[in-house]
Amino acid sequence: MKILVCMSNVPDTTTKVRFTDGNTRLDAAGIQWIINPWDELALTRALELKDAGAISAVEVINVGPALTEATLRKALAIGADKAWRIDAETADGYQVAQLLAQWLKDQAFDILLAGVESSDYNSSGVGIMLAALAGIPSVSNVSGLSIEGGQVILKREIEGGQQQLKAHGPFLAVVQKGIALEPRIPSMRGIMTARTKPLEVVPAHPVAARTAYQAFSLPQPKGSCRMVDPEQPDELFRLLHEEARVI
Amino acid sequence: MSNILYLAEHREGSFRKPALELASYAHALARQTGGQAIALVLGKVGADQLSRLGSYGTQHILHAAEGSFDPMDNGIWSTAVAEAAIKVSARLVVFSASLQGRAIAPAVAVRLEAGLVAGVNGLPSSMQPLTVERKVYSGKALATVVVHTEKAVMTLSPNTFGLKESSGDAVAEVWTVPTLPSLSFEVLETSRSEGKLLLSEADVVVSAGRGMKGHEHWKPVEDLATVLGAATACSRPVSDEGWRPHGEHVGQTGKIIAPNLYFALGISGAVQHIAGVSSSKVIVAVNKDPEAPIFGAADYGILGDVHTVVPALVEAAKRFKENS
Ligand SMILES: Cc1cc2nc3c(=O)[nH]c(=O)nc-3n(C[C@H](O)[C@H](O)[C@H](O)COP(=O)(O)OP(=O)(O)OC[C@H]3O[C@@H](n4cnc5c(N)ncnc54)[C@H](O)[C@@H]3O)c2cc1C
Repeated sequence: MKILVCMSNVPDTTTKVRFTDGNTRLDAAGIQWIINPWDELALTRALELKDAGAISAVEVINVGPALTEATLRKALAIGADKAWRIDAETADGYQVAQLLAQWLKDQAFDILLAGVESSDYNSSGVGIMLAALAGIPSVSNVSGLSIEGGQVILKREIEGGQQQLKAHGPFLAVVQKGIALEPRIPSMRGIMTARTKPLEVVPAHPVAARTAYQAFSLPQPKGSCRMVDPEQPDELFRLLHEEARVI
Repeated sequence: MSNILYLAEHREGSFRKPALELASYAHALARQTGGQAIALVLGKVGADQLSRLGSYGTQHILHAAEGSFDPMDNGIWSTAVAEAAIKVSARLVVFSASLQGRAIAPAVAVRLEAGLVAGVNGLPSSMQPLTVERKVYSGKALATVVVHTEKAVMTLSPNTFGLKESSGDAVAEVWTVPTLPSLSFEVLETSRSEGKLLLSEADVVVSAGRGMKGHEHWKPVEDLATVLGAATACSRPVSDEGWRPHGEHVGQTGKIIAPNLYFALGISGAVQHIAGVSSSKVIVAVNKDPEAPIFGAADYGILGDVHTVVPALVEAAKRFKENS
């Protein structure tokens, strides 16, 4: 069985974002790029399954410009067998999903993993759109994936509870917290071998985006915090009731 | 025609606040397009509940009572919504940005060849072309998104639009989805905790962090939640340590919530934590460190030790409830 992990390249989660060109795009100066945290956990789980002998190969793919190769190399260093990059600057998640779907036609993966969202656009869109375009079943909110005796068992969160599912045939899972505990970090040996692993660049077909990001802005800074005396806890509830009107 | 279709989610046959907020939003959109606000309801819901949608401006309800709708299957739900959108010639399809809405909106967008805008936080500034604002970079910035396609699919961030009642009656039509697929996955087991207040539905959330020092100190946190009718939450290290269940973890990698009131007790306020709670209307922080970043995100703060302040808050909350 083969697993494909869809990987997004995002600014480090502690980045103070700034915009440029009349607030139409992110100012990339000084930004540290990382593997999107959920994709990193998805990759970690895929590699755990490979270590356990349940999976034969783990490959990763990113749609993006050459800049993203550093994170693809990191994925190889963590343990992925092969990395792909579809060479495109995309305007929306639909474009990413469409490029992935076209590429996927000539591939054979049993399990596709996508993170619940990327920490830049937070749209939760690419994974499910890819599955819909490729015509394969999808399951969301997946917090566990195991393979025993060739049987693929998924755990997913539902409103107020959990469910265990069994997959029959290829599928795409949108994964979230719980899929793996701690992301794997590259070992020295991993970093060395990553250099010799394949990173294949694929040209992009022309695909039109369906939405465009017109402008960005920063939210209004919050007013200052009003301090309440710890000896006067009743005062807090009075303020919440009379001033903030939330209770 | 410029009808608005929305998915009215319910829990065991009753509509909660997110569904009524979405109904209010769909009604406001319909007033802008001159079309109707139409609800799609999947699964069994009684007439009294259906009529509630009318009081939030819904004119028509498609009620697909029969089918394997609970819990959600991506294939079944997205087919039902897409078929309904085609049936009523919807120009816009809107969902709550809930567990389910976030999961199926992208599939519906693909089926309808519509642009997707996830997590919008208000009404569009223009209907032609559709232009609407949403949060990006985990709440650190806002973006204005323009949709190029004729149709659009949106998910609405919870607690951003509010409830807006309007007089009116909704006409409910029993509807059978023409080509419903079978379940995509075999269900082995389903477990649900009954009657518990869900984090996603709570108006007040009491959340605590590593400052509590251990799971054995959670009693006052739970007591405060009980007195206020709140749900409980926690920071990531707390669930990683196993002090609290994983379902309570809020933040960038956990649940993203937007209650009216959020208590952060012994939580430092790391950016990844704030990413999950910054849409709360009001934040109260209790921390012993005056430099803790949480005070920068909070509206009200108490500088002190959680082990004495939280029990005092429980007593004060009881007095407040008795007098109001
Ligand atoms: C990729 C990534 C994703 C992440 N996602 C999340 C996420 O989703 N959610 C999340 O919460 N974190 C997340 N984190 C972790 C985050 O960076 C912080 O480490 C975490 O939020 C800290 O939790 P805390 O505030 O409970 O603990 P701490 O940072 O240890 O803070 C404890 C606070 O309690 C105070 N305190 C201690 N004792 C007392 C006392 N007796 N009385 C009063 N105050 C006291 C301290 O002053 C301190 O401010 C993520 C990190 C990364 C790198």
